[in-house]
Amino acid sequence: MNLATISLSYLRARSLNTLLNVLLLALGVATIVLLLLTTHQLDQRMRRDAQGIDLVVGAKGSPMQVILSSIYHLDVPTGNIPYKQALEISRHRMVKKAIPLALGDSYKGFRISGTTHEYLAHYGAIFAAGKAWEKPLEAVIGSEVALRTGLAVGAKLKGAHGMGDKPGDEHESLPYTVVGVLAPSGTVIDRLVITSVESVWAMHADHHEIKDINEIAKQMKDEEKEYTALLIQYASPIAAAMLPRYVNNNSEMQSASPAYETARLFSIIGVGVDVLRGFALVLMFSAGLSVFIALYNALNERRYDLAVMRTLGARPLKLMALLLFEGLLLALIGGLLGVVVGHVLTEILGYALKAAQQVSVTGWIWVNTEWWVLALAVGVGIVAALLPAWRAYRTDIAGALARG
Amino acid sequence: MFAVDNLVHAYEERDVLRVASWRAEQGAHWLILGPSGSGKTTLLHALAGILKPTAGSITVAEQDFGVLSPAELDRFRGRHIGMVLQRLHLVSSLTVLNNLLLAQYMAGEAQSAARAREVLGSLDLADKANAHPHELSHGQAQRVAVARAVVNKPKLLLADEPTSNLDDARCMQALDLLQAQAKACGATLVIATHDGRIKSKVANRFELQSQA
Repeated sequence: MNLATISLSYLRARSLNTLLNVLLLALGVATIVLLLLTTHQLDQRMRRDAQGIDLVVGAKGSPMQVILSSIYHLDVPTGNIPYKQALEISRHRMVKKAIPLALGDSYKGFRISGTTHEYLAHYGAIFAAGKAWEKPLEAVIGSEVALRTGLAVGAKLKGAHGMGDKPGDEHESLPYTVVGVLAPSGTVIDRLVITSVESVWAMHADHHEIKDINEIAKQMKDEEKEYTALLIQYASPIAAAMLPRYVNNNSEMQSASPAYETARLFSIIGVGVDVLRGFALVLMFSAGLSVFIALYNALNERRYDLAVMRTLGARPLKLMALLLFEGLLLALIGGLLGVVVGHVLTEILGYALKAAQQVSVTGWIWVNTEWWVLALAVGVGIVAALLPAWRAYRTDIAGALARG
Repeated sequence: MFAVDNLVHAYEERDVLRVASWRAEQGAHWLILGPSGSGKTTLLHALAGILKPTAGSITVAEQDFGVLSPAELDRFRGRHIGMVLQRLHLVSSLTVLNNLLLAQYMAGEAQSAARAREVLGSLDLADKANAHPHELSHGQAQRVAVARAVVNKPKLLLADEPTSNLDDARCMQALDLLQAQAKACGATLVIATHDGRIKSKVANRFELQSQA
């Protein structure tokens, strides 16, 4: 016999009411946890994909589209940039690293990305099988691509124009050969077919003029060569002030900052997140109100119980503690249930997103902010119990018993 | 043993209870008699220390209530005073056994299920230990209330109108029960009643006059 057994016996005696309070609280907590887990993972993923990339140079257009298309591979490119001018920028003294990208095709919804071995190194790619390409028309596939398409080393794949589920015509003549499969990295390369820039050029060049595909870079004139974007790492912090202006003033290209554009993107998504969070807080507030009403009503039913406990020797503080403990217990059960439900919901959402080939989200991670959500739930329970607890403290035993 | 001296209790500026002097030996059995409104329950509550009288002194088992802090008085009541209330007031969400353990817990005594079962056994309630109060007959519920009052071996056992709603046979059973249990733990027994049937059955009587 202690406060917990007494509280539990009361909660059991009003099981329907208890269930309602626990569910209300759990729903609020679950919604907040779901938001926390998804935004945390989205944020982490966005950061990881853009890590080490200070600037993206692409064709004029929407800077956000440049970022979405060339870092996250979620959008179509704004256009292409001329090879010679891109080369000029990559040789700029403030540029430490410039990784070219040549985009345009996809395979079963996965983007085919022409680049250099430096791109693989940038994302720390590890080969699960095979090795990097050496000749044009050799390709490496990301883990997600391998998993979804079942392609392995040695397999052939034909790219199609464009992106998405309904891309344009297939390139009939030139199939890629898979020479490597990457291990899962948790970054954007999981969802890419990666090959050399030359492969992409060969795919889009006039085939009659190409005699030897392995020598394509030498056979094409520089004016014919194009990149889609350059991923740039600065040589020094000063470059942040100089290089964007240099790019924007001196060419038909534009620069876009991943940090700035993703922050902008998050502020747009943030509106929806805020609405959901407000909704969750309203749920928690109603849970608190419901706990308060339940405990307050229980006080009337329990007036004699409380008086009897006093006759049995309980101090007023003990009765106060009993009511507070009951609020705390409700909040803890609701809070913990909410955390569990939140994680399960996130995992289910993760499956739904996976089917749509979007970012991967799992429910099986723990974010430290969740402690705060639990603390909030417990706080709601205690605040809701405060006034009933105070009334229990003030119970007039002799009066209650004389009337009873 | 208890002593009451110059006790006055006023409610809304009207005296509802006046006791000049009342002394009882340890282990004696007393009735408080008097018409309705004479302050029987008030006196009982004052003896239990749940009602602070306007004036006067109460000493129970050589402890003067006047020198105790409210918390100390609560603790003293839990350990040394047992109460059987008119409406019994068992805690309905707890089992019979837990109602007894509640008395030990609230008194700050070590909890002993063995002691609780022993008391239940002596009141012929051994098989009701895990029943809830709503499953009991009135007679059984009253015996549980008595068991709860004596589980901590009080020095003073107080009962408020324990026989008022009972037929003659049950009335005597209830009285016997209280006297037997008080004797078993050596407690002074005080029964507040207006029930004329038990007048002659208890050794000592304390009469209250109507204050109206």
